[in-house]
Amino acid sequence: MGNENTASASIGRALALFRTMCLIREFEERCAEEKARGTVPGLVHQSTGQEAVPTGICAHLRREDYLFSNHRGHGHAIAKGADPAAMMKEIFGRQGGTCGGKGGSMHIADFSVGMLGANGILADGLTMAVGAAQAVSLKGENRLVCCFVGDGTTNRGPFFEALNWAQVFRLPVLFACEDNTYASTTRTDEVFAGPGVVARVASFGIEAASVDGNDLGAVDAAAGRLIAQIRSGGGPRFLHARTYRIRGHISSDPLNYRRAGETETHMATEPIARYQKWLIENGASETDCSAIRAEARALIERAVAESMAAPFPDTNTAWTDVQDIGGPQWNG
Amino acid sequence: MERVSYAEAVRRGLAEEMRRDPLVWALGEDLSRAHGSTSSTQYCGLIDEFGPKRVVDTPISESTIMGAAVGAALAGTRPVAELRNVDFGLCAIDELVNQAAKIRYMFGGQARVPLVTRQGLGLKRSLGSQHTQSNEVWFVHTPGLVVVAPATPGDGRGLLKASIRCDDPVVFLEHKELWATEGDVDFSDDGIVPLGRARTVTSGTDLTLVVWSRMAIVAEHAATQLSALGVSAEVIDLRTLWPWDREAVFRSVRKTGRLLVAQESVLVGGFANEVAAEVSERLHNTLVAPVRRLGAPRIPMPYSPPLEDECRIECRHVVEAALSLVQNDRSRKETT
Ligand SMILES: Cc1ncc(C[n+]2csc(CCOP(=O)(O)OP(=O)(O)O)c2C)c(N)n1
Ligand SMILES: [Mg+2]
Repeated sequence: MGNENTASASIGRALALFRTMCLIREFEERCAEEKARGTVPGLVHQSTGQEAVPTGICAHLRREDYLFSNHRGHGHAIAKGADPAAMMKEIFGRQGGTCGGKGGSMHIADFSVGMLGANGILADGLTMAVGAAQAVSLKGENRLVCCFVGDGTTNRGPFFEALNWAQVFRLPVLFACEDNTYASTTRTDEVFAGPGVVARVASFGIEAASVDGNDLGAVDAAAGRLIAQIRSGGGPRFLHARTYRIRGHISSDPLNYRRAGETETHMATEPIARYQKWLIENGASETDCSAIRAEARALIERAVAESMAAPFPDTNTAWTDVQDIGGPQWNG
Repeated sequence: MERVSYAEAVRRGLAEEMRRDPLVWALGEDLSRAHGSTSSTQYCGLIDEFGPKRVVDTPISESTIMGAAVGAALAGTRPVAELRNVDFGLCAIDELVNQAAKIRYMFGGQARVPLVTRQGLGLKRSLGSQHTQSNEVWFVHTPGLVVVAPATPGDGRGLLKASIRCDDPVVFLEHKELWATEGDVDFSDDGIVPLGRARTVTSGTDLTLVVWSRMAIVAEHAATQLSALGVSAEVIDLRTLWPWDREAVFRSVRKTGRLLVAQESVLVGGFANEVAAEVSERLHNTLVAPVRRLGAPRIPMPYSPPLEDECRIECRHVVEAALSLVQNDRSRKETT
């Protein structure tokens, strides 16, 4: 996989990817700050340190492609083109949120950009993804379906069912495994038999790539190759991206199950500083990079300010969109 | 007496049973490492005392957590299958409903399935549609299962111990909001609370208020407010939903003539209906007012606080319903 590291794309494209990563980072860090301040009501699962994975993958997705996400889904949504301000409002539970305040962080969805939902139940995105791909093939459309899955979740039964299914029906699905080492407080390798997830996937005859998920160039190149194969009718593919969850499982997690110095060690390989270094070595200027970072910070700062200023949803909306017939009976 | 949290009381209850019976063991995700961080503390330290064969950190594999518990129960142990949230428990509902609940009967009584599955219930704040459900009635509807939903630390400990000793499969529902609540527990005795026995929270004469799980705390507050308004409510915490303590409820309704059942879960098809129907059918001569029920609207739980508040049953709802019930009297003659 080594030579995929040398992304040959133009510097303009590279800076755009850098910008996406910075947006995700700022978004995640500000969300957690606001959660700690008590302005965000629900749980926040940050993807800090994992920004390169959705950024490199979604760079190859089109607006009409479908994306199924999971509980740690802010980065997925931003990379797929969802509006960070609307996402932030959703997390604040305000009017103008992507789901009108009904969903929250764990259920962000923006169907207008093909982002068909974060999810509070592990692995459920996988089976929905194969179904969406089946619909695409039934309708003769030209879309691809991508589904993110955590390392820990690959031990759930639906993971195996979805892989088998996708391969049996040769469906246009990219399974993207964000292997951030942990599943809440458990190191996944302690509850994972065999040589690794790629071997499991290979047993279904599905072609897989395993990359350093903190190396944006590597993710970008591998995703580009696999997605091109899927688009040309090759059936499902699997991308295993090795990364690290720098923050806690949820933002308030004290991380007291980690080894001393573990987080710091991984900080050294976090993707944004690494990509910035690469950018500068390849023709971008320090000033370009700082400007992008500052712009991302300002954009997210604005999103937070707008969210705090936005009104809460009208309570009448609690009663809408339950179902068409047999609406929500009250308690009599 | 010791003042402890609900989480601590059930933690010690489990430890006591594990000490008493070496065939009691627990399995679930993150059991040993969650030291009060991302999940609650009900298993804190147990691995140090009982080791990894009896406090088993499992892969994220809900079907197998439950299926393995069923198999292990058939093979002569007493597993405690931790599912964290009823919402995740739905990923293992098949093993519970199609296997655990039916094996004894289907196989002509050759085997028992003495497992306990612990599942977190209900609302905290803004956990959204997939982490807030209260589907206790699904389990009550399933023949073969015992369903327990204690409200206090003492009942949590005592009923967990009784559930572990029970030879039937028990669904042990812990409201997530209760884990941090405190109460006095006497750890010097074994503290067993018998399954199927209700607790009278407050005695009263004007109406009977039937509740379970966290709603028992809400109802206790409501009773205090009602008493200030001159209404004497008898609060009955069922504690066990199947089998439920019909006698305790009937006894109370015979005294008060009025029944209000309040639940956090969706009212339509809820367990309140079962209580209301039984009382209506059997005590219609005694009732001086129509039975009242309170429960959530039939809405998936929204995230935003003001929307969530639309779906919560709070103390003020219970007080209002109780007041309307005592003001809405019919004479006993009219009823009969
Ligand atoms: C079916 C189900 N089981 C358990 C949980 C609780 N839970 C939420 S996230 C998580 C860990 C997931 O780990 P992984 O798949 O590695 O994703 P990560 O959190 O690391 O992104 C667990 C156990 C859940 N939401 N759904
Ligand atoms: Mg993980």
